[in-house]
Amino acid sequence: MGTGTEIGRVRGLGAAKSGPHHWWMQRLTAGSNFLLIAWLLVSLGRLPAYDHATVTAWLASPLAAVPMALLVASVFWHFRLGLQVVIEDYQHDETRVVALVLLNFYAVAMTAFAVFAILKIAFTGAAT
Amino acid sequence: MSNAKRARPLSPHLTIWRWGPHMAVSIMHRAAGVGLATVGAILLVWWLVALATGPDAYAAFRDTFTDQDGGLNILGWLFGIGLTWVLFQHMASGIRHLVLDTGANYELKGNKRSAQMTWAFSAVMTLVFWAWLIWGK
Repeated sequence: MGTGTEIGRVRGLGAAKSGPHHWWMQRLTAGSNFLLIAWLLVSLGRLPAYDHATVTAWLASPLAAVPMALLVASVFWHFRLGLQVVIEDYQHDETRVVALVLLNFYAVAMTAFAVFAILKIAFTGAAT
Repeated sequence: MSNAKRARPLSPHLTIWRWGPHMAVSIMHRAAGVGLATVGAILLVWWLVALATGPDAYAAFRDTFTDQDGGLNILGWLFGIGLTWVLFQHMASGIRHLVLDTGANYELKGNKRSAQMTWAFSAVMTLVFWAWLIWGK
């Protein structure tokens, strides 16, 4: 908590140098989200139909599976950073720690399910 | 605040300022982000996992949002239109945030106009996207 002086207290309570990284990663993933979401919306619009065979045949292609996996990584990382800020803004007691732990579990679990699903479709093709 | 020596002055907050478009867009950006991170992300993962699991699981996903004839049901329209509109609104206010991050667009008139433009962007893009889906085939 610093050296007991005013400036020491400020230093002790200041940024731990990870703040700018959080801020920058949120902006960086915002940019990649924009590109990848634009790709997804155009790709979905261009699909001739939305039955299982058509959609899996599309998603099995490397040109769809790779951007989809990148989209999941970028978007889920972005929302994990964003929800962290929301929790920190509104939760001031020990529930903040619980909420942040649950947020990490949620983001990691969602990413794992999504990436596994994409890879399964990509590696086994549209065959079911 | 427990280790504060005395009560510190607080900056004027929401209850002080006259409500304006920039405030509505700001809180909407956060609300939209939370909505996309929960409802949007869960639907995306459900869709991907259903696709990977097989035709039956995918049929369960489709049947939740479509009628027997294949058209969207009330849930399909609600989540479809709702999520795309929220997505485009978050996208527009997010781009506005990136501009603000450079230190630009803080003049009152321009700031207000860019806030209003995010509503126009999301409404137009939602209409364009769904017009494409409905009539573009």
